[in-house]
Amino acid sequence: MTRITLTVDGAQVSDDVEPRMLLVQYLREKLGKTGTVIGCDTSNCGACTVHLNGTSVKSCNVLAVQADGAEVTTIEGLAEDGRLHPVQEAFRECHGLQCGFCTPGMIMQSVDLLKENPNPSEEEIRLGLEGNLCRCTGYHNIVRAVQHAAGQAVTS
Amino acid sequence: MTATVDQVEREIGRDRRRKEDQRLITGRTRWTDNLTLPGMLHLAMVRSPFAHATITSVDTSAAKTAPNVVAVYSGADFGDELGVCINAWPITPDQVAPTHSPMPSDRVAFAGEVVAVVVARSAAEARDAAELVDVEYDVLPAALDLKEAAADTVLAHPDLGTNKSALWVFDSGEAGTGAPVEDAIAKARTDGIVIEREYRQQRLIPAFMEPRSVVVDPTGEQYVMYSATQIPHILRFALAATTGVSESKIRVIAPDVGGGFGGKLQVTPEEWIAWAVGRRLGKPVKYTETRSESLLSAHHGRDQWQKLTLSAEKDGTVTGLKVELLADLGAYVAIVGGGVPVLGAFMFNAIYKFPAYHFSVQTVLTNKTWTDAYRGAGRPEATYAIERLMDELAAEVGVDPIAIREKNWIKHDEFPFTTVAGLEYDSGNYEAATARAKEMIGYDELRAEQMARRASGDKVQLGIGVSTFTEMCGLAPSRVLGTLDYGAGGWEHASVRMLATGKVEVVTGASAHGQGHETAFSQIVADRLGVAFEDVEVLHGDTQVAPKGLDTYGSRSLVVGGEALVKAADKVIEKAKPIAAHLLEASADDLEFANGRFSVRGTDQGMAMAEVALATFAAHNLPDGVEASLDSDATYDPVNFNFPHGTHLCAMEVDTETGELKMRKYVCCDDIGNIINPLIVSGQVHGGLVQGIAQALWEEAVYDDSGTLVSGSFVDYLLPTAADTISFEVDHTTSPSLTNTLGTKGVGEAGTIASTPAVVNAVVDAVRHLGVNDIQMPCTPERVWRAIQDGGSGGATTEAAQPHFDEAEGAGA
Repeated sequence: MTRITLTVDGAQVSDDVEPRMLLVQYLREKLGKTGTVIGCDTSNCGACTVHLNGTSVKSCNVLAVQADGAEVTTIEGLAEDGRLHPVQEAFRECHGLQCGFCTPGMIMQSVDLLKENPNPSEEEIRLGLEGNLCRCTGYHNIVRAVQHAAGQAVTS
Repeated sequence: MTATVDQVEREIGRDRRRKEDQRLITGRTRWTDNLTLPGMLHLAMVRSPFAHATITSVDTSAAKTAPNVVAVYSGADFGDELGVCINAWPITPDQVAPTHSPMPSDRVAFAGEVVAVVVARSAAEARDAAELVDVEYDVLPAALDLKEAAADTVLAHPDLGTNKSALWVFDSGEAGTGAPVEDAIAKARTDGIVIEREYRQQRLIPAFMEPRSVVVDPTGEQYVMYSATQIPHILRFALAATTGVSESKIRVIAPDVGGGFGGKLQVTPEEWIAWAVGRRLGKPVKYTETRSESLLSAHHGRDQWQKLTLSAEKDGTVTGLKVELLADLGAYVAIVGGGVPVLGAFMFNAIYKFPAYHFSVQTVLTNKTWTDAYRGAGRPEATYAIERLMDELAAEVGVDPIAIREKNWIKHDEFPFTTVAGLEYDSGNYEAATARAKEMIGYDELRAEQMARRASGDKVQLGIGVSTFTEMCGLAPSRVLGTLDYGAGGWEHASVRMLATGKVEVVTGASAHGQGHETAFSQIVADRLGVAFEDVEVLHGDTQVAPKGLDTYGSRSLVVGGEALVKAADKVIEKAKPIAAHLLEASADDLEFANGRFSVRGTDQGMAMAEVALATFAAHNLPDGVEASLDSDATYDPVNFNFPHGTHLCAMEVDTETGELKMRKYVCCDDIGNIINPLIVSGQVHGGLVQGIAQALWEEAVYDDSGTLVSGSFVDYLLPTAADTISFEVDHTTSPSLTNTLGTKGVGEAGTIASTPAVVNAVVDAVRHLGVNDIQMPCTPERVWRAIQDGGSGGATTEAAQPHFDEAEGAGA
């Protein structure tokens, strides 16, 4: 067991963890942060995407011990004072989700994408979301949601 | 109340943002795997690595001593209490079907079948210990190739004596719905056109994003099963029917469910094993599959060979269609099983006026993962076959693919139309949808560009694919399902409860897993009862809350479940009327109900539904003999299937030197009758399109020659990403359904059914002048390139995985 101390969604937490424990397992099983989900075993689907020190990572691809001392933001920490983040709002406005399982990862990746590139083209959005799989939406309205969050005019 | 009747905005037709989303976008979710109960134990499955083998021994001793392991069971440790996985649709009386034990103790019939289960205090410890279970097998020859299996070369289940499960036949000559097809084909062979083709529907995997998960809680008086399922009600029935527990002692909850697409329309070995273990130990247990387990053992879809014969006059008027299918059931006959190809039997004639039709399907057992419903279930296969054939006929006659369709389709003034398969199509307008789709894509300009590229010998050629689809959904009158030997009915149930505060609880037997029922159903009830959209709460997915229902699949929820809601709401109004009349001191005959208000005709007197609800709750002043409740139930059984249709057009660019494909534009004009929520409809269409396009271009479940699934992870099974896909143009024409009061038609599967042939027709159209008339799905660049080189269909899929590591350097390099 290894002692780790980190900040998750603004709160400091500290636990003894097995060295093999993944960050996503730590979030879900130790902290009850079940908003972040697991969709695959091979880091293809991106459903578990969170921010580690402000940058998006697939939390199934990070060991919990690697997050020692870090600041982690999950989908549950994105809204501030009950106000949705503009990307969350955009996903609702543009119907960028159906079953909602990929949504936490998709939103976290979109936030990072827009931080890197505040005014992306459609192609840049599509390439920027390439590591996140969705089976419901066909991506059409997810792309619209990111455009909307970027303040771009959105067609149906 | 200042609003006049005219000013009240109707909810139906509004692009309401979804009620479901607030939770889902903030991570406040209840996926089954999120649930943790006190003392809960975790399961890990031990699965067969062999496609077909005798189990000679299962040694659990090492696993039992592993840290925090509570129990290890193999099939032999359970008797009848384990139950069986059921087939609910024996398609013929003599259907051959193996018994499907959730955990067999003697023989495994596909790679991935569960042979033992480990129970531990954590999921990680359970998985560690599963590695220690020592199973000895005697490997048996496996039936893998569908055609060889149909010839009984190797038996998937030796004790059955054959792999042939059922032969289901429809013949229009025998049914009296048309002429004998052999006469039409014989005539066409002498003085007409005969198109003969064989198409492959490759094996697909539904690949919902949420892996399946099940929690069993045996600690209360009712045993509770939480499951990531589309069918909580059917699951409850099947548990009761096969495990000896009284139905009244079982509660099934489908909490938030992350997609299904037919893949969670199943009763699974993992659910049954968790049920047995939870009951045995008296403790809550949870099993959540890994993605690899999901791809390996959750049911697959499609997997057919289609032998097709189309006969026509020289001018392209079709005279007959003969369809002979081989359908791979996999190792067991699943809950719908052979019913999937039968659902396609009525759709090969599609939107056309064929005078003669013959359909047969031979279902076949193999030693592969069992197959069942996947989005469209039978209708995509049918639509693919006929829409590909109509393009081939157009090429033979030498006319535009749309012209050949126009020559044969049912005209808008010919509805209602009874088809050669015996169905009555109530409404539609193929001309209007096609005209709109052509306009959207710029059809004539694209054809001109195609001609120019061909003339100049451009290395990038352009193809335009056409798919004018229809489908049957909203399964259907229970009476008809009974004649097909389907095990259940086609009704749906709804309740409307008027709360004292004027709020409304709506209970539906449909079970959403991403469809947006809470939003769309709220719109329907808000309009009907004249209450605010926000004041309607839709409850579903828990057999204790919604005790009656037949769940969500087959594009049935709105067209069947929505109509049940209407009927329940109307009963509420009928119950409220005498109470309102009594309180208004008027005759019930003088009352009219509009916009949530009873008013006395010819006066300014009236009373809101909410006021009637409060007065009913208080019950201080009700008419004699009237019960103190407005709550109402309705069970609706549709009078017919439901027939959405549409025209889909796809423009593909094909690099003839490399086989690379680029989708340039995709438009569709679907006629799904009246639309409740256009935003939700657009989402259903987009998502459906990509699943159909993915069959055409990317997805295939591939086995190697020993029966191992080599596309067993998301590294190998090619789900499309945002970067692989394009934005779509979607529009609608409206021919309201005449068989339900809302005038709606199903939309959940339409995109998937229509898009696959549109894409393949476009690819073939781009290179037809190079001597190509078919490319097998998925149309990979390699296959397209090969087809261009040698004129074939591009060859079969190489049944081996790409090496993940350079073998020369070794895995450790």
